[in-house]
Amino acid sequence: MEKFKGKVWVLGDDIDTDIIIPTEYLALKTIDDMKPYAFSPLRPELAGKIQPGDIIVAGKNFGCGSSREQAPEVIKALGIRAVIARSYARIFFRNSINNGLLLIENNDLCGDIKEGDEIEVTVGENILYNGKKYEISSLPENLLEILSAGGLVNAMRRLNGLD
Amino acid sequence: MGMTIAEKIIARAAKKDCVHAGEIHTVELDRLLSNDGTTHLTIDMYNKLKNPRIADKDKLVWVVDHNVPCDSPKTAGSQKKMRDFAKANGIKFYEGEGVCHQIMMENHVCPGELIFGADSHTCAYGALGAFGTGVGCTDYLYGMVTGHSWVLVPETLRFNLTGKLNKGVTARDLILTIIGKIGANGANYKAMEFVGDAMKTLTMSDRICICNLCVEAGAKTALMEVDSIALDYLKEHGREPKACFASDPDAVFAATYDIDLSEVVPVVAKPHFVDNIAPVSECEGIEINEAFLGSCNNGRIEDLRLGASIIKGHKVAPCVRFLVVPASASVYRQALDEGLIDTFIEAGAIVMNPNCSVCWGSCQGVIGEGETLISTGTRNFKGRAGHRDSFVYLGSAATVTASAIKGYITSADMI
Repeated sequence: MEKFKGKVWVLGDDIDTDIIIPTEYLALKTIDDMKPYAFSPLRPELAGKIQPGDIIVAGKNFGCGSSREQAPEVIKALGIRAVIARSYARIFFRNSINNGLLLIENNDLCGDIKEGDEIEVTVGENILYNGKKYEISSLPENLLEILSAGGLVNAMRRLNGLD
Repeated sequence: MGMTIAEKIIARAAKKDCVHAGEIHTVELDRLLSNDGTTHLTIDMYNKLKNPRIADKDKLVWVVDHNVPCDSPKTAGSQKKMRDFAKANGIKFYEGEGVCHQIMMENHVCPGELIFGADSHTCAYGALGAFGTGVGCTDYLYGMVTGHSWVLVPETLRFNLTGKLNKGVTARDLILTIIGKIGANGANYKAMEFVGDAMKTLTMSDRICICNLCVEAGAKTALMEVDSIALDYLKEHGREPKACFASDPDAVFAATYDIDLSEVVPVVAKPHFVDNIAPVSECEGIEINEAFLGSCNNGRIEDLRLGASIIKGHKVAPCVRFLVVPASASVYRQALDEGLIDTFIEAGAIVMNPNCSVCWGSCQGVIGEGETLISTGTRNFKGRAGHRDSFVYLGSAATVTASAIKGYITSADMI
């Protein structure tokens, strides 16, 4: 199974899509242009500090709110390797899979972890932190196929021969 | 085992006799709504496909409602892309005619349909017994190109409504109270179904308001049975139902809640979460800088009538902006005919063209640092209506109008 390590940024419960990318920046031309403003209502400094390969750990209902797909896109564009939260809002969940952003559900890690610490994730199996293993489940096969293709558009090309 | 309304609509769309919660099915979509929030992104992706095609253009409805009229060359560019594409491909296109969900209810939604909307408040269509659900622009593209998508059949939370709302209490207070009770993710991935004796006391406008806000509890969709009130609305708007469903007596629900409408009081959602509910009386006296009456949630003729009846003979408080935004052009015309617009203007309100306005924090009426807005809009997230250090309270048309008159949060019975 795929394995990776990364430094974590810790956010709370109900991180909504207006926090992930506020409305006023949606008119910017590209996702890269939006990157500096990600999470700005909550933590204006955060986007500038995130390094490719970092991981976000959060509480319940991550991504609640609007259907704006720029939310998972901007997280991916920042180089975030995965988001680990207690739970996700459903539209955000779909949008993330469709854009190839890995989401992992775990109830306990968020309560234990300290920002800046490093964790090791074995996809579909567990998260290793501070010598403790946190079990995680695997996504259904069809969603994994979309993720591994890098998103729904790529998967659609591959599976439905639309090209 | 019987089926819920949600299961019956998905079974119909999946061409199966029976489906149940937890299963994933491929479904044929009846209708696909998209607006200027993300349609330009859908078009960009579409154009990257080598041999793109639209499965059925007659199922697509595109609405420019988020930035109307345009506020910048950038949004003008996005909208031009959408307008040009719609014209070139024969897609039903609305511009300046109102908020997408109000347009869908007035012109398109039919009972029994499964509808994808690239907007989270698509769940409003349950007021007409249709399964509307919000998706992102990639899911939208997939549906637009293939005519199909996949859905996880949701579990259903059933709300059995009894009694009657007291005078001065609105459907908005009811749904905010329910969201406060179950929490912002209390219905995550689930359908919320509303039934009971009290349904006959709720108008179509009340029902749209209730279903529309269910996404703020995380719901995938909201559903109601199609009764004579819904059928009358359909008939008035020149449409026929496709299929009218009710849950079977032996359908399985994840939970059932009994709600007595007579116990509901006027409430607000305090910053910065929609489930942060308190009685208006607890927030009495909090100063406001702006009040907003409008949106897909509360911009219908019934809301404008309620607001006008409260403000008639009064003035908007000094230094307060009161924005009144009809949800559609037909609501606007009706309000003009009834003299409601005159009443608002005489009181000092700013009446604007139908659009999403400050509900989504762009284009019109955004608030500045440290300012407070009381709103009939859909969300009060941090920064939702403008500056990241501003505050949004959500309440009914009555509470918003009363607060605009006083300059602080108050309920209509204090006027």
